Amino acid sequence: MATLHTRSAARLMIAPSVLLLLAWMIVPLAMTIYFSLLRYNLLMPGMEEFAGLSNYTYFLTDPAFFQAIFNTLAIVLGVLFITVIGGIALALLLDQPMFGQGIVRILVIAPFLIMPTVAALVWKNMFMNPVSGLFAWLAKLVGLQPFDFLANAPLFSIILIVAWQWLPFATLILLTALQSLDEEQKEAAQMDGAGAWSRFFYLVLPHLSRAITVVILIQTIFLLSVFAEILVTTNGGPGTQSTNLTFLVYAQALLQFDVGGASAGGIIAVILANIVAFFLMRMIGKTLEA
Amino acid sequence: MGSISLKNVSKVFGAHAVIPSIDLDITDGEFVVFVGPSGCGKSTLLRLIAGLEDVSDGEIVIDGKKATDLPPAKRGLSMVFQSYALYPHMSVRSNIAFPLKMAGEDKAVIDKKVADAARVLNLTDYLDRKPRQLSGGQRQRVAIGRAIVRQPEAFLFDEPLSNLDAALRVNMRLEISQLHQQLKTTMIYVTHDQVEAMTMADKIVVLNRGRIEQVGSPLELYHKPDNLFVAGFIGSPKMNFISGAPAAAYQAHTIGIRPEHLALSKEQGTWRGTVGVAEHLGSDTFLHVNADGIGTLTARVSGDFAVSHGDPVFLTPDVQRLHKFDEKGLAIR
Repeated sequence: MATLHTRSAARLMIAPSVLLLLAWMIVPLAMTIYFSLLRYNLLMPGMEEFAGLSNYTYFLTDPAFFQAIFNTLAIVLGVLFITVIGGIALALLLDQPMFGQGIVRILVIAPFLIMPTVAALVWKNMFMNPVSGLFAWLAKLVGLQPFDFLANAPLFSIILIVAWQWLPFATLILLTALQSLDEEQKEAAQMDGAGAWSRFFYLVLPHLSRAITVVILIQTIFLLSVFAEILVTTNGGPGTQSTNLTFLVYAQALLQFDVGGASAGGIIAVILANIVAFFLMRMIGKTLEA
Repeated sequence: MGSISLKNVSKVFGAHAVIPSIDLDITDGEFVVFVGPSGCGKSTLLRLIAGLEDVSDGEIVIDGKKATDLPPAKRGLSMVFQSYALYPHMSVRSNIAFPLKMAGEDKAVIDKKVADAARVLNLTDYLDRKPRQLSGGQRQRVAIGRAIVRQPEAFLFDEPLSNLDAALRVNMRLEISQLHQQLKTTMIYVTHDQVEAMTMADKIVVLNRGRIEQVGSPLELYHKPDNLFVAGFIGSPKMNFISGAPAAAYQAHTIGIRPEHLALSKEQGTWRGTVGVAEHLGSDTFLHVNADGIGTLTARVSGDFAVSHGDPVFLTPDVQRLHKFDEKGLAIR
């Protein structure tokens, strides 16, 4: 059916949506680039002037910038580490036949359905609060000094909160992958004398590799832009200890009213995200091919 | 050595007894085929022997040792699965080497044994391929290779040929038989195909609804079936069964006569009928004859017996080879 005629007709048909999508992407990008080259402060309306690349030099030499890059990477890698390992463990547990399997599975998915601000507030006020939090109560129960998580380990606390939210997602994807593993293969490995650990290492883990890649890809996309959890818990602080790139751009634009500098930061974030995407795609290409 | 005996073995799933109770002895080096219609419990029986299912009651003895509670790996058995169950991400070499690696064998020993197995099975050129790059027959051979490297007490085959096409099936059947001649290891083979059972087995175990109907060599089962089920299951085309007045003439409730033991004539004979369908195979012709007062009978005649639809014919059973059964379906001898 793919004659020359049908192909050109098809191109004509999809042209509007392609153009729309392109405009949707190009216009904001172009405007951001334009703003990033201006001295544009909301406190001084009407005083915009061309500033060249000074916004970029300012943003890149800001000590908070390197802290933010480090924090962004720490959040992405930390959450990925916890969710992939925890997800595999939970998926293995949920794959076992047990009483009330359906209800347990729904309970496991629940955190994913709670919106980030609510989840973060629950963690902040009910778990991590050094006076009235559950962790403080537990610490006091065994005679320890309560630990103020958000003040003393802000980045770790945020990683913990975000990991808690994303664990169900990883578990769900890995559980479905686990269920697609051929029963006869497991039995064959059993006959071949493989113990539980060998079966996991030689059979289950390679089978899961594809699903793990998908989890890493999708989570990385979302984890690069974690925002709500930081805003409602630490507000990027103390200092800039829990500021990631997204939060730094927000602070630049809406706390310091410097739209030009924030736009430059946004463009830098886009470039960094593309670098990450490049490596991710190469990694995924390899796994998905095999 | 690979003798296996089942004593009073039963398997119950919930309230449903798949295998009520079975006693069976398999001597070392035998090629035993479990055959029966689907759902008769033959695969379950194999899995009980393999240790992939726990017995509900009874005892399994392998090589003189009690194996009822041993895990599958400790029973010294190898199994070839219906889906082959190859490890998809491993090369053919790693697949075959896997059981040896799990047993903690030396690298050099593993390489040698894998090479030997590959030579026996004509897989040497494919050792570095992945299973999905192989044809069905080659995959089957890899699965067999993985089974033989361990030098088990006995091999278990679970319908290994059912995923292959007809021509390849005949080929693999021959290869497995040759392998048995070479290795002289006990083999237990599960199939629903009575042709596979007849051609390969030293001993056939016919199963029906979890019970053993008869155990014997292929020709014993063919010539002396114990009951109606075995008589109808073994042999192709199926045995003709006649009950009522014609059977009473032979002092039996039901009589059975195989298609090849019916003599056909255009002039005279015991029963008269008309030809329904004639299936010409070249060497033989299978005639479906509508016999008057009896019903449809299948007859096997030589390929040059020229009749077609609607022709009148006469059938005469070979009385020496007539099988007689009583009301319970048991053979009268």
